[in-house]
Amino acid sequence: MKQERILEVNDLRTRFHIAEGTVYAVNGVSFHLNHGEAIGVVGESGCGKSVTMMSIMRLIPIPPGEIASGQALYEGRDLLKLSESEMEDIRGKDIAMVFQDPMTAFNPVLTIGRQLGEPLRVHLGLSKEKINQRSIELLEQVGISDPPQHLLDYPHQFSGGMRQRAMIAMALACSPSILIADEPTTALDVTIQAQIVELVLRIREQMNMAVIWITHDLGVVAEIAERVLVMYAGFIVEEAIVDDLYGDPRHPYTQALLAALPRVDKRRDKRLQSIPGAPPNLLVAPTGCPFVQRCQFSFDRCRGEMPPLFQVGVNHRAACWLDVITGKER
Amino acid sequence: MDDVQSAIVKTTPPLVLVDQLKKHFPIRQGLIIDREIGSVKAVDGISFSIQRGETLGLVGESGCGKTTAGRTILGLYPITSGRVLVTGISLENASKEQMKLFRRKAQIIFQDPYASLNPRWTVSAIIGEPLRVHNLLPDGKARDERVHELMMKVGLSPRLINRFPHEFSGGQRQRIGVARALASDPAFIVCDEPISALDVSIQAQVVNLLEELQDEFTLTYLFIAHDLSMVRHICDRVAVMYLGIFVELADCDDLYENPLHPYTQALLSAVPIPDPKRDRQRQRIILKGEIPSPINPPSGCRFHPRCPIAAEICGSEVPEWREITPEHWIACHLATNS
Repeated sequence: MKQERILEVNDLRTRFHIAEGTVYAVNGVSFHLNHGEAIGVVGESGCGKSVTMMSIMRLIPIPPGEIASGQALYEGRDLLKLSESEMEDIRGKDIAMVFQDPMTAFNPVLTIGRQLGEPLRVHLGLSKEKINQRSIELLEQVGISDPPQHLLDYPHQFSGGMRQRAMIAMALACSPSILIADEPTTALDVTIQAQIVELVLRIREQMNMAVIWITHDLGVVAEIAERVLVMYAGFIVEEAIVDDLYGDPRHPYTQALLAALPRVDKRRDKRLQSIPGAPPNLLVAPTGCPFVQRCQFSFDRCRGEMPPLFQVGVNHRAACWLDVITGKER
Repeated sequence: MDDVQSAIVKTTPPLVLVDQLKKHFPIRQGLIIDREIGSVKAVDGISFSIQRGETLGLVGESGCGKTTAGRTILGLYPITSGRVLVTGISLENASKEQMKLFRRKAQIIFQDPYASLNPRWTVSAIIGEPLRVHNLLPDGKARDERVHELMMKVGLSPRLINRFPHEFSGGQRQRIGVARALASDPAFIVCDEPISALDVSIQAQVVNLLEELQDEFTLTYLFIAHDLSMVRHICDRVAVMYLGIFVELADCDDLYENPLHPYTQALLSAVPIPDPKRDRQRQRIILKGEIPSPINPPSGCRFHPRCPIAAEICGSEVPEWREITPEHWIACHLATNS
């Protein structure tokens, strides 16, 4: 029987040693991804969502970075222990990434065709004609019209939305089993975002590809993910099936975040519920719960001890000492 | 606004009046013989008014001209044609004296709190600058006191008065920007995407601050944003802009619940809702293609190449800007009120 979990990350800790001290960017993150599943990772800037994925892909510059502990098992192999050349075989071929800024992710002096063909040449060793043929197919697949002509274009001739489509085409080139999309629609307008979301959902279905969608936008996650991880200051604070996360959030941070959002589909007459303060300084080694300063329910224990992820329902976990439903301490 | 307030509002002249405003940026070519070979029609004839104490939202995709509109209304770009009247001062024939008063009364909050504050200036210098420029408080001590007061108003501790911008977080910097805008006691503030660069948990803080200040000082806002959810929360009326023109303008709830222009409908349906159950139920309109170039906008209705319901007339005739139901304006040949 095929192994259900395609990726399993255990106790990942990533730090950066900089002039000002040590940045505790990822503090013991564990999660898994099943074959063909789409998960969302949400959190504000600096919460460690990108660093987590970069660590798994081994794209963290070392030094100043350091992966202090952890495992990232891809099909049972620990990515963190592979040699650089073994990792190169996996990157782009088995696990592909799409980045936030389609304006800077391309090399401006090479044509789109040349850049799109690179993974095909490097990983699959295809001939020139085959590469050309496959590149045209890929651009067609992501909805770019007149592919033969556009293969000769340079990135600056593409609009933002087209560049992000081309990035996705490049990521799909070797039919990866996991696509990691790091804020792929943040730089785009909502109408273009809707196009990209639809595109990724369609391709995911066609190719039975697993997707990790990183974003700060709780709205987009609701559309794309089956399961969601909420991150805060380098920790996963809540994990749930998408309907449960929005319908029944169990971590005070998730609750506060959802209450702070205005909605396009209904009018809220009251003031928005803002979360006081700002996220903690990552230069200080975490001791208790990272949300304690801003949490309306915090008590003594929260300051001294980081709560583990408690099982609060079926496939629903939250890292809080308080059961927010009963108001009782765990 | 409640009924009593809106009754008062209807009888007083608007604080901001914009009539057929155009802003074209020339494209020049040639080194020896400098010729104008065309122009970017960033704003191409928009008209609206804003009542005192009201918030008008201006939404649209990037490149639709909303930021240019905001800046032109403040006189930051020279007007190509049209008329702008703010607190009774007309931009095109204002005297130097009047212009100075105009700049005091009309302020702006910028999008990027990292780029809009001078990194070499202290908070005290930044917030105090309008007071100095307009010579409002010549006495240094009085000026410091006023800066203290402004910092308290926007929720910053006056202890931080001698700090530099880099010592603040994004949300705090935006508060500094708000305090600077408030310093000269303005009546009208253009908020140009004031929360787009901030994290969700901080956005709510800044929006609440803007609302509190509006209530306290009866401020009038032009709120430019692409976040349609936030616009619904903060605005009284909303204008939807596409390629330099308005396609729809209506009362906020009316626009969101009953959008009549196909572009507005598509735009609203593209906004993700943070509620998966509700999200799955709704009908999405996914627009094809992207916003065309404002150098040569499409003929007829500018939206017709992307419009899902476009008819023959849409490609040839410019739709009239008409009041389809009371206070609900639209530029579309085909939209009906049903």
